[in-house]
Amino acid sequence: MRAFLFYLVSILVGGLFFIFARWLGNDYLFFAGYTVLQFIVLATAWNILGGYCGYVNFGSAAFFALGAYSSVAFHKLGANIDRYFPEQLAGLAKAILPLNIPTLIILGGIVSGLVGLGTGYLTLRLRGAFFAIATLALAVVLQTLIVNWDFVGGSRGAYIIRPGEVPILGSYIQYLFLVMLVLSVVALATARIIEQSRLGYGFATIRDDEVAAEACGVPTLRLKLIATTISGALMGMAGAPFPYYIGYLEPSSAFGLAYAVNSIAMPMIGGTTSWVGPLVGALLLGTLQQVATVTISSAVNLLIVGLLLVGFVIVAPKGIIGLVQDFMRERTSDKGQPTWRSRLAIFANMRPGAR
Amino acid sequence: MAEPLLHIDNLGKRFGGFVALDGINLSVQPGERVGLIGPNGSGKSTLVNCMCGTLNNETGTVRFDGQIVDGLAANQRTHRGMARSFQLPRPFHTLSVAENLRVPLLYTAHSRSGRHLSHDEIESRCHELAGLVGLAAKANKLPRDLTQVEMRKLELARAMAADPKLLIADEAMAGLSQSEVTDIVDLLIKLNERGVTIILIEHIMKAVMSFSQRLVVLVSGKKIADGAPNEVVNTREVIGAYLGE
Repeated sequence: MRAFLFYLVSILVGGLFFIFARWLGNDYLFFAGYTVLQFIVLATAWNILGGYCGYVNFGSAAFFALGAYSSVAFHKLGANIDRYFPEQLAGLAKAILPLNIPTLIILGGIVSGLVGLGTGYLTLRLRGAFFAIATLALAVVLQTLIVNWDFVGGSRGAYIIRPGEVPILGSYIQYLFLVMLVLSVVALATARIIEQSRLGYGFATIRDDEVAAEACGVPTLRLKLIATTISGALMGMAGAPFPYYIGYLEPSSAFGLAYAVNSIAMPMIGGTTSWVGPLVGALLLGTLQQVATVTISSAVNLLIVGLLLVGFVIVAPKGIIGLVQDFMRERTSDKGQPTWRSRLAIFANMRPGAR
Repeated sequence: MAEPLLHIDNLGKRFGGFVALDGINLSVQPGERVGLIGPNGSGKSTLVNCMCGTLNNETGTVRFDGQIVDGLAANQRTHRGMARSFQLPRPFHTLSVAENLRVPLLYTAHSRSGRHLSHDEIESRCHELAGLVGLAAKANKLPRDLTQVEMRKLELARAMAADPKLLIADEAMAGLSQSEVTDIVDLLIKLNERGVTIILIEHIMKAVMSFSQRLVVLVSGKKIADGAPNEVVNTREVIGAYLGE
């Protein structure tokens, strides 16, 4: 029932925004909405490893870029299939090429997920700052590889000419918005399912105390590999439609600092212990940044994120959800009877015993 | 004599040039209550860590329940029935008392019964364990809301939740008052009566003497005595180790 309510509310809110934006007839709302939704996916993905397991990943931009560049690679492969494959094979491939966005998202997710698994295998014996530095190094290594990979444009970048219109919807950006909306619901649902499952308990024990977790029978290494794979895959999925959104992809934009900073700041500000935290953080920061872009300058975006992050780390280190959580914990019930606060807390898994 | 539940043969561990364990041999029979004592730095915790897989032994073998467990990760040894509590309580601080107990039930129960427990079975087992250690009223509290003795009890209950054949309690009574020590000893004896073999590592001699059926003494990484508690504490080597020659 709670799960059904979650999907209903998510789709209803997204749907209402979509209808409202169409009614206004302003495509900018879709561009801005796409960016916010993309950050919801990124923040949720980061939180699966960083928030649930306590492993801080500074390489979010690398996974995002991998998703984006896998789309570019498949797009270019589709456009130049005759050059790379024998005639018969090319003929067969043409039947499925060019790939549609949902397929590219799945492929981007697989590529990034596999890299996440590999990264996890190589780095998960590292802890704390050492793990964080290793992920940062991964981003640098991958960026260097992409800059030197001519097929996807190298340092020049690559142009992706997106279709002008799609059937039924019309505008392509509206289609991209809907795709990202579905992806956001998928990412949030994944985080929510994990949180309520045996896996979620395992992740929480890794975050709290790995030695004690092992002593309780939790296979910490296997769980960390699962976390890096899911987190990497979701980040890659967020990046896969990006070339079609931006039209021109270059390494500095795909590996941009904004992705790494935002994907950490959003869960930190929203709260890392619940799937709601990254959602709240991404909605708040993402919307603020879009408003700042049109009213002041896009250059002020990272300043906003930085100031808010410093403020929250000092005032509310557990984020907005942490503040709400403490409030809920103190007043979860009235003489044993559930209250609206306790019901809300249970829905969002924001108190002990609610899983 | 029955096959020992735990059999340690010539176990050795070094940290750089420091020999922490030097050729330790130890056998523990099923259902036994064994006390493990020794001065600070004698290698008790290192021995526990090597038994449980937190550290890898360099020489010798650890055989548990008839099988060699060297090279197995700590979680795999827990699955086979070896559980431990820690010298300094290490609760999962973002999880409530009930959730702390739920973790081993979720992760180890299937290795014994061959199936995952249902939600209701887990809840009832959690309730039973919390009741056994007197934490039922605090099931929804976070560990930060517990007293020191309650934290120790949570450690033991969490180890018990893994349904162990062997429980290793590493200084479960450190820092507790006399009445609290008695509480924990009673609890350990109660657990032993349920069929759990227990190794108690402890400095509080009164507790060790009242609990143990057999006493093992380590000094400087070597076993210097192993036998009935009253005999062991009166041997010259043990008196020398504790009081000086």
